[in-house]
Order: sequence, then C-alpha cells, then structure tokens
Amino acid sequence: MLSNITIGQYYPTKSVLHRMDARMKVILTAAFIVLIFLANRVASMALVLTFLGITVALSRVPLKMILRGLKAVVIIVLLTAVLNLFYVREGRTLVDVWVIHITTQGVYTAVFMAVRIMALIVSSSLLTYTTTPTNLTDGLERLLSPLRHLRVPVHDIAMMMTIALRFIPTLIDEVGRIMNAQKARGADLETGNLFQRAKALVPIFIPLFISAFRRAYELAFAMDCRCYRGGEGRTRMKQMKLALRDIVALLILAAVLAGVITINHFLPPVM
Amino acid sequence: MSVVLEAKNITYRYGEGTPFETAAVEDVSFAIERGELVGVIGHTGSGKSTLIQHFNGLLRPTSGSVLLDGEDIWADPARLRGVRFRVGLCFQYPEYQLFESTVYADMAFGPKNMGLDEAEIDRRVRRAAQFVGLKESYFEKSPFDLSGGEKRRAAIAGVMAMEPEVLILDEPTAGLDPRGRDTILGLIREYRQATGSTILLVSHSMEDVAKLATKVLVMNRAHLAMYGPVPEVYSRGEELVRMGLNVPQVTRIFMELKKRGYAVSDQVYTVAQGREELMRLKRGEGVQGC
Repeated sequence: MLSNITIGQYYPTKSVLHRMDARMKVILTAAFIVLIFLANRVASMALVLTFLGITVALSRVPLKMILRGLKAVVIIVLLTAVLNLFYVREGRTLVDVWVIHITTQGVYTAVFMAVRIMALIVSSSLLTYTTTPTNLTDGLERLLSPLRHLRVPVHDIAMMMTIALRFIPTLIDEVGRIMNAQKARGADLETGNLFQRAKALVPIFIPLFISAFRRAYELAFAMDCRCYRGGEGRTRMKQMKLALRDIVALLILAAVLAGVITINHFLPPVM
Repeated sequence: MSVVLEAKNITYRYGEGTPFETAAVEDVSFAIERGELVGVIGHTGSGKSTLIQHFNGLLRPTSGSVLLDGEDIWADPARLRGVRFRVGLCFQYPEYQLFESTVYADMAFGPKNMGLDEAEIDRRVRRAAQFVGLKESYFEKSPFDLSGGEKRRAAIAGVMAMEPEVLILDEPTAGLDPRGRDTILGLIREYRQATGSTILLVSHSMEDVAKLATKVLVMNRAHLAMYGPVPEVYSRGEELVRMGLNVPQVTRIFMELKKRGYAVSDQVYTVAQGREELMRLKRGEGVQGC
C-alpha cells in the first residue's frame, strides 16, 4: 500500500535528462505544461505528445514506473472526461436520449482534457524521476532567489522542502516497523468498523510522531554542530552550470512551441 | 523433548516479479525443541531478521511452511492472530513501540488484545514487570519518562506479559551500555528458568549467545549455515570468521595459546570458562604455568 506513493520519487539512470541542469528542467517542464494547454488542434496535440514520448524514451525510466504515477489520477481523469462529455452543448449532436445529450464538441473536449491531465502528470513525474530531490530544491532555490529582495525566505523554504522530501521514505519505513511491532502484540488493524479502525491507529501514530520529533531534534543538533545558520553567505560545493545540452533542450522546446503556434494559426480549432 | 517450532524449506523473496527480486531467506529448514534457548547469529543482511518474522506469521513464506506444534500456521489465516500470542516477537529497539500513557497500560496492551479478563491481565502484567525488574512505583509513570534501559525493559515486559510459549528477541541488547546488556541477558536467563519457555535470541554478539544459548543457528547469505549445540558450532571458528562473524575474544586467545603449544582446550567461549581452564592448567602443570 505504502510502496505505491511515487511523489518525489527518483529513478536513477544515466540518461541525458538526468544530467541536465535542474533549473532548466524546471523551466522546461513549466513551459511544457503551458504547451499542453496551448495545443488545441489534433495536429498540434500530436506534436506535443510526440515530444513527450521522445523525452520519456530519452529518460530511460521504465514505462511501468511512468504509468504507475498515472494510476493515482485515473479517477480524476475519468470524472473530468465524463463531465465534459455530458455538459458541453456546442457542436453537432451525436446522441440525444432523455437527459443524455452528447455532441461532437463534447467528445473532443473530453478526449483533450483527459489527454492533457495525463500529459501533465507524466511530464511532472518525469521531472522528479530524473532529478534528485536535492538537485530539484537546489534548482528551485536558484530560480526563486530574486524573491529574496521581497523578503521571501527562499533558502529556508528550499531547505524545509529538501528535509521533508528526504524523510518521506524514512517515515514510510518507520510506519512499517511500528505496525509490525504492534501486530506482534496482537493489534488488529484490519477488522472492525470505521471508528474501531481509527482507534487501532493510535498505537501506530503515537510512536510515529515521537520518532519524527526525535529525528527532528537530532537533525537540528547535527546541523547546529556543523554551524548551519541559514542561507546568508553560504557557498556551494557543486556550482550549477548550464551546458550545451541544456541550451539544445531549450531550443528544441522553442521549436515545438513554434510548431504548435503555427498549427494553431493555420488549422481551424476543433474546440 | 518435543518439537515446538519447525521450519520446512522456508524461502522468502522480496519484490517478486520485479527486476529487484532477491531472496532474503532461501530453503531454510530446522526444528526447535521445547524449552531450548536458541541463539540466532549472522552477519548484517544475512536474513536473520526476515527469518524470525516468519515464526509469528508477520511474513508469509514464498514457499515452504512454518509449523507450530506440528500445525501449519498459515493453514487458517483467521487464526493467525492467535499464533502471535503463542509466539511472542520483540523487535529490535522495542522502546520505539511504547505508546500508552502509563507503563502499566503499555505492558497490558498485548494481554488486552488477547481478550483476557482484568484480573488475569493484572496478574500477567505484574509477573512480567517482576521478570524485567520494574518496580510497582513505575506503573503509573509515563513510559517516555523512563531511562533508555528502563524503556527497553518495559517494552520487553509488554511481550512477556502475553506469556507466549515461544519468545523471540531480536537484538535485545543493541545500543545498550555493558551494564544494561548484562541486565537484559540476566533477565532472559531468569525468565527462562522461571517459565521454561522456548526462547530465540537474535544477536550479533557471539559472547552473549555463548553465555545463554543451548543451541546456535547461523545464517549466512540467506541460507542456514549451521545449526547445533554451542560447542559444535563454535569449534568451527574459521568458517565463522569467513562468514564475517567473530568468535568470542576469549576463544581466540585460547586458540592462539593452543597453537603456541600450551595444553589448553580451544573450546572456551566465555570468560568464566577461560578462567577455569587456566586454573586447571596451573594446577596440572605447575612449573610451565602462565
């Protein structure tokens, strides 16, 4: 059950995507999400999806891992598609029985929305699959660093994110261990009504909270011992540098953007 | 003596069907007789922790079976919870499982889950507390106010209070200072004398095992490497070293003494035995002495 959580998961391969600069990957992912919503012709959507397909292949992350992230949103995708199918009234009528009224436009919208949500999930999970959490928050910190001038504590936020991401797997392990220990003492987690089950979680959560606080104290002490005092004047061991591959990636995405805009300009919209 | 717990060709694989599939336990078979104290030793990652989780049904073997009193514990999954009361498992660092508001309530958690009546729960908790040397004045304290060693003992008492036929302790002395270790080992010995229950003691320390165990089970790379009485296993020192295990320091000293021509036995596993052996040498050979 717990092993299905894929948020922030990293999948190590030595692909070109993994070696790209985290800042560029964040920018390109954001730009790509805009592209997904810009593409409203069949041809331009096909172009965008082809680009996504090639990126996935380049990342060398197994397709199975990519699809696992989609499992979590299946219900949202279906719900959005069905709602669009029934509520869009424009276009030629296809079915008109009792209250069910389906139009061509409805079908288009439903398909496009479903494809968009899935592309959104795949592209953003590709970002986390190919970027270590540390690199990712590092990249975000750099990108957001101009906000410092507005007194936004960018460094502290990035540090908190790094620590939170770092401790997700640790705490998942911990839950497993505590559950086993309480089960060994006869704790019954699987049967009973909702109230009984909620009560059965007390022996799991109290030790979990205590252990989380203990870890937090220990980490704070360890950081103190190494003279951590926030981002002020802090330098880095690994400097981020844009390489040729980052520029090439930027140019490719710009080309796809140009393609989408051209197609949108010359072909009539489907929706 | 009758067999209480038996493993028949247990194999356990993690992540079956994925490229990460690895066998943590591979084709392990052995039988434990009632009243025995079996030391389970093995290098980190040898599969000993995975192995013991099979005995109370926390893990289901990929193949093979676990027999408790001759009955397959997975024959009827509905009765698995009953198995957990008969085979008490105390994990490593058990103090991290404490959660109740008082020490007493925490020790009573197991017996309460068994559905016993108040009087019986009370009797068991008091008995278990006595075994681990926790005075009644501790009962109403919060478990989080105890010292490290006291927490550990309270947690062990929580498992003992279920009065299991087989008690499994996973590294009960891990992270304790020498005095804390001796306290825990002493209470295990007393518990065994008083109840006659079967005990499995998982440990890194071959010294600890030598002090208490009647038999030793050695795990190496997911396989059962040796299983037999302490002298039989410990006499295979070189093989143990190759598995990344260290024979007790005192044993190494006596092996070296023997190599240098002294008439001593190299089957000395505890300091007490070593002392006796040296005394014997001194009496018997006078002049040569040491």
